[in-house]
Amino acid sequence: MTGAWIAFAGIARREFLRFTRQRERFLAALVRPLVWLFIFAAGFRSVLGLSITPPYRTYVLYEVYVTPGLCGMILLFAGMQSSLSMVYDRETGAMRSLLVSPFPRWFLLGAKLTSAVLVSVLLVYAFLLIAYLWGIRPPAIGYLTVLPALVLSGLMLGSLGLLISSTIRQLENFAGVMNFVIFPMFFASSALYPLWRMEESSPLLHDICAVNPFTHSVELIRFALYGQLEPLSLAVVLGCTLLFFGGTVFMYDPAKGLWRGRKGGAG
Amino acid sequence: MTRPPGVDTEAPGGHGADALVIAGVSHRFGRVTALDDVSFTVPRGAFCALLGVNGAGKTTLFALICRLYDSTSGQIRVAGHDARRAPGKALARLGVVFQSRSMDGDLTVSQNLAYHAALHGIGGRAARLRAGEALEMVELSDKAGARVSTLSGGQQRRAEVARALLHRPELLLLDEATAGLDIRARADLLALVRRLIAKQGVSALLATHIFEEIEPRDHVVVLHQGKVLADSTAEALAAGDDLGAAFLALTGARREPA
Repeated sequence: MTGAWIAFAGIARREFLRFTRQRERFLAALVRPLVWLFIFAAGFRSVLGLSITPPYRTYVLYEVYVTPGLCGMILLFAGMQSSLSMVYDRETGAMRSLLVSPFPRWFLLGAKLTSAVLVSVLLVYAFLLIAYLWGIRPPAIGYLTVLPALVLSGLMLGSLGLLISSTIRQLENFAGVMNFVIFPMFFASSALYPLWRMEESSPLLHDICAVNPFTHSVELIRFALYGQLEPLSLAVVLGCTLLFFGGTVFMYDPAKGLWRGRKGGAG
Repeated sequence: MTRPPGVDTEAPGGHGADALVIAGVSHRFGRVTALDDVSFTVPRGAFCALLGVNGAGKTTLFALICRLYDSTSGQIRVAGHDARRAPGKALARLGVVFQSRSMDGDLTVSQNLAYHAALHGIGGRAARLRAGEALEMVELSDKAGARVSTLSGGQQRRAEVARALLHRPELLLLDEATAGLDIRARADLLALVRRLIAKQGVSALLATHIFEEIEPRDHVVVLHQGKVLADSTAEALAAGDDLGAAFLALTGARREPA
């Protein structure tokens, strides 16, 4: 095993160890989408009618429609959780152990991001298993084809989380992320309602939803879960991943980022 | 990239070079000048104390050496490697004990050491062997399986020293490493560091404001308001007097004109 793989495995192992040590975090991450699936979706099933829209070939129940959105929700919250954990690591000093490693900083950040995404993808599969038992059964191949979509979406949302973490100095400021990032991203997307329905009620809101990167990660997952590829969503998610991760590397660069002139910076 | 830059490799620039060279280093936080044209050298195998009151710039200087920040100007060389041009090689030769706790309290000592070893590209059997050796050096072998959060302050500090030594650095940076320890634990930790220097030829730079931690033959750099006021041995600085009195006279004299 080469040095880079050893480092990646070490970072991933720590991420898994921390995750298994924090059982409440695992439960919270899983209970949140399940509440939406069991209660919210069931309640709205009779209210919201859905016409046939790709990738669905027939009318689907609201629970079926909302499931890819809830997969995205898990990745979104996990991405922001990794942002929170970066801020926490910076406050407790654990971040410095990472940053004084001789590996390039982009590699360290990428390894931390990928490790966190792997944990969150496992969570999504746990959710999909429960959804299967609840009667939401996409084609069997979909469980395989959705994997790259989940990883890519996770990378995009995790990169966004890392980028946000570079601008937050204290854990107390994290509440702002909930109010200004997570909730607007989730609700102004196609996770809970199709965009055509949004257009009927407000064209402006429809346009906002259409440019929301989270909408594209949800659509990428939705199509992939049915063995299909949505090229526009793939391009947007890929582009945003590169943009957010590039921004993160810039921000954590000791010579360039915002922290350069601020005491108590990246470490 | 197949290995961390500089790990287990002999860089041409590293042979015979001083453990640390700080040359004309300045750093500003906005309009505040934290370090102003700081220069000094830590020779190989030396114990050097960076002496200064709180706010003198010691932690900022350590952050620059560790590449947590980039200096506004000047050059930092670790074992002959430029920290800006070859950060990987420089960092591979550094072992750091930070001022505040930096180990993961939720993980065991062994898990923390394995994580650190991985961050230096050391895995598997080699990592386990080195962790065992490092814990033996700091006399913590019996605590390998204990969660870090359950250790006493002194034990946590020793575990941090073990971690800093794991990748066999050439320079050990100790940023007020004895802060929060009782007198006994402080003395034990420093005795350990001095033994390591004697046995393993490691160099050490200790940032401190505690005069009792410094011995007469130690190399002392006095840092005050971001400037180096003195750079000599402790006995030469004290000039037959008490080191504390000499330090206060030196820093007090500089305060008066302001």
